[in-house]
Amino acid sequence: MSIEAKTERHALGHRMKRKEDPRFLQGKGNYVDDISMPGMLYAAIVRSPYPHATLKNIDIGEAMKVPGVKAVITGKDLEAAGLGWLPTFHGLDKQMVLAIGKVLFQYQEVAAVFAETREAACDAAEAVQVEYEPLPVVADPFTSKKDEVILRPDREKKTNQIYHWEVGDRDATVKALEGSAKRVSQRIWFQRCHPAPLEPCGCVAHFDTMGRLQFYVTSQAPHVYRTALALVTGIPEDKIHVISPDIGGGFGNKVPVYPGYVCAVVGALKLGRPVKWIETRTENLTSTGFARDYHMDVELGASPDGRLTALRVSTAADHGAFDAAADPTKYPAGMFGVVTGSYDVPVAHAEVDAFFTNKAPGGIAYRCSFRVTEASYAIERAMDILADELGIDPVEIRRRNFIRKEQFPYKSALGFTYDSGDYHMTLAKALEQIGYQDLLKEQKEKRARGELMGIGLSTFTEVVGAGPSKHFDILGIKMFDSAEIRIHPTGAGIVRAGTKSQGQGHETTWAQIVAEELGLDPQNIMVEEGDTDTAPYGLGTYASRSTPVAGAAIATAARRIREKAKKIAAHMLEVGEGDVEWKDYKFQVKGVPAKTATMKEVAFGAYTNPGPNEPGLEATNYYDPPNMTFPYGAYIAVVDVDRDTGEVRVRRFLAVDDCGTVINPLVVEGQIHGGLTEGFAIAFMQEIQYDSEGNNLNTNFTDYLVPTSLETPHWETGNTVTPSPHHPIGAKGVGESPNVGSPAAFVNAVIDALSPLGVRHIEMPVTREKVWRAIRDAEAARAKA
Amino acid sequence: MKVSITVNGVVYERDVEPRTLLAYFLRDECRLTGTHVGCDTSSCGCCVVVMDGTTAVKACTMFAAQADGHEFLTVEGLAQGGTLHPIQQAFWDQHGLQCGYCTPGMMLTSFVLLKNNPDPSEADIREGLAGNLCRCTGYQNIVKAVHQAAEAMRQPAAAS
Repeated sequence: MSIEAKTERHALGHRMKRKEDPRFLQGKGNYVDDISMPGMLYAAIVRSPYPHATLKNIDIGEAMKVPGVKAVITGKDLEAAGLGWLPTFHGLDKQMVLAIGKVLFQYQEVAAVFAETREAACDAAEAVQVEYEPLPVVADPFTSKKDEVILRPDREKKTNQIYHWEVGDRDATVKALEGSAKRVSQRIWFQRCHPAPLEPCGCVAHFDTMGRLQFYVTSQAPHVYRTALALVTGIPEDKIHVISPDIGGGFGNKVPVYPGYVCAVVGALKLGRPVKWIETRTENLTSTGFARDYHMDVELGASPDGRLTALRVSTAADHGAFDAAADPTKYPAGMFGVVTGSYDVPVAHAEVDAFFTNKAPGGIAYRCSFRVTEASYAIERAMDILADELGIDPVEIRRRNFIRKEQFPYKSALGFTYDSGDYHMTLAKALEQIGYQDLLKEQKEKRARGELMGIGLSTFTEVVGAGPSKHFDILGIKMFDSAEIRIHPTGAGIVRAGTKSQGQGHETTWAQIVAEELGLDPQNIMVEEGDTDTAPYGLGTYASRSTPVAGAAIATAARRIREKAKKIAAHMLEVGEGDVEWKDYKFQVKGVPAKTATMKEVAFGAYTNPGPNEPGLEATNYYDPPNMTFPYGAYIAVVDVDRDTGEVRVRRFLAVDDCGTVINPLVVEGQIHGGLTEGFAIAFMQEIQYDSEGNNLNTNFTDYLVPTSLETPHWETGNTVTPSPHHPIGAKGVGESPNVGSPAAFVNAVIDALSPLGVRHIEMPVTREKVWRAIRDAEAARAKA
Repeated sequence: MKVSITVNGVVYERDVEPRTLLAYFLRDECRLTGTHVGCDTSSCGCCVVVMDGTTAVKACTMFAAQADGHEFLTVEGLAQGGTLHPIQQAFWDQHGLQCGYCTPGMMLTSFVLLKNNPDPSEADIREGLAGNLCRCTGYQNIVKAVHQAAEAMRQPAAAS
């Protein structure tokens, strides 16, 4: 099963092989650790073993004696230079670069050493002697809330609560719940996990002979980094050149600015030599941006036939030691307000209270679309719990509550205006493709024999494409995106965008958009991203925003080129501009089909025969999206649970996605496979656990599990197409949908399998042990009854 | 200490610290950066290279000192005279890569897998690649790529 290709169009919808692949296939990718410069030094970071402690003393004497060591810096040195603290992208907080006065999480950065070789840097880091005086540890948000131990005395308000956020009508929701025939409530925890891209974070910092900072860095948002660096360091922005080279996976992990980056810049400045800092996997898992950690109390009200009357969600968010969750300024809880999901909920209220704890900072990562993963999981699990309590089929309860096709654009009770969708149609397609009726029949037969088979649904709607300038900014910078296109005399061209692919295939998909708009060969449209000297300003690639925003900028810029080309075509064809139309991917004189000019011919003409027109063929667009986009999907998981061992086998998984217009079905399928595999990992095996004393228990790939080819299920995909009415090519974006939608499908399937035993909920990760225990506990309860 | 290691047919004689890992020898001394480092527990397989034509080894788990005197094939040695190896071609055709970071190791493990088993089933491939992690592709297209490569390499006119 696959995503439908559309070959009737010139380039859009084609399963085009990727143009960027040749260099990766030959080991000639240019990742940051591949960069080497004469005189380059290596940086290593000294980290705290204590989750919470006063920093008594740092002795660098022994470290400085290690052969090859050039310098050691601490928080005090940075503070003296005005660089002790870094603003976090969210803007409500700041983060220590190197510890000042105290440490707040295990593995926090305490000192940085610079040496001639990797080995010397490692040896020196071990030789730095740090004296700590342990302080009581705050290991969870509920303890934190009590404010018995204040973690951040540096803040104005002496409380561990970072913020309170809410949306919707609290009083009306409470009233509606009280008047509901049926109420279900459930505590649902979306566990802390980590995106763990295979390439760790890193950078090379170098002040060149012109005094410019050349900064190569694994950044999903290079322009924002440049501006942030200018603001933090005081170096004028024209003297900063940020380059994101090839990036080996991002998934949100490479959005925040990390202490190691600042240390590398300081080292390069201080020592007058290039400095490379590449973190280890352990450092990546223990100190860089984690994902999720939302404790959600969900309550649904419904009529006896399962029609929703109200939704209330109250969440305690664990942000770790600093609020480094990279959310747009006005959205401290991201897009959590999409928690009403695909349903027509008349009244709702959602609130999030965030707390500091002695854990690594972060929260926004791992294909989350700014907390849509948490919201989606909550509503899809709650719907199944409601269905179960009412004895209504999970498919039926969804059908009864879906926003109907005619209701779009739909204004939700929590303030989102969903652009388009046909949820009934997409679900119907999924049910047909998976053979739902046959599965139900099989399940009935198996249940009669005591076999545990489960079918789990997730009919999610997500919200991406941040975002309209009215509501969205990061550090004050509005979340537009941009494209600059230039067509050359021989009909080839270049498009530069403000986004930055980390594997999403922009070198191919952006070329397809331009090729489609201009009737040119996508093989000859070069795509460039990541170099802040040449690319127009953009907010980067994360939260599935590239296609909705930059994709729109590219189409719009291409259309501007077409407008100009039309004038030149008219001149070349010796007619008035009004007599020329763009038809069948070329310029034609109206009513005279034989008189045509291809874009390739007009490109040549732009430089050789522009006539009265301005020569050249180039256009730029900075696109401010009028709204977010709302991709959605219907996912179905089929599982078999071994009653004796608790092992869950995912027998089938079908993902039917609707991301509007599909640019490249091959690329979309790949994104879906990858995202489903991440959702599978989260549902069954991933967690960053801290014990009650703040020790991180999942610090490397032997403890933090990434699925291998052996246990990863086979993915079936399909799609429907409900274009976004406000996007120039009707596309919505899709990269994060599979991670947003799949965890609920997996867990709903397992709970469905165990429902004859009366099991209501199991927290993720749904490990074999948890399933085994749930079965044993249920059987014991039965025996007693 | 002095080592002499042959990589893609070229002999590299260098003087290195005893604790230098083969992965860093290849990257820093030989300037062959196609072999990647993705973890610190030899779990991810991004560093896989082929030793003496027969064995897939994780270059992060071998010292340059242990590699002394041996021959290695890295990703840079797969293509011949500008023509992609069938494995490389298959990964391209089947969209078996996205960010490209796991790809060299994945292809070299496949190289050894196919040497030992020229007609593998899907289960054989999935088991054979279980030491190579990928975060982007979900493995499905990688499996298809290895199938395509296997078929191409079984043809009489296959590139050697």
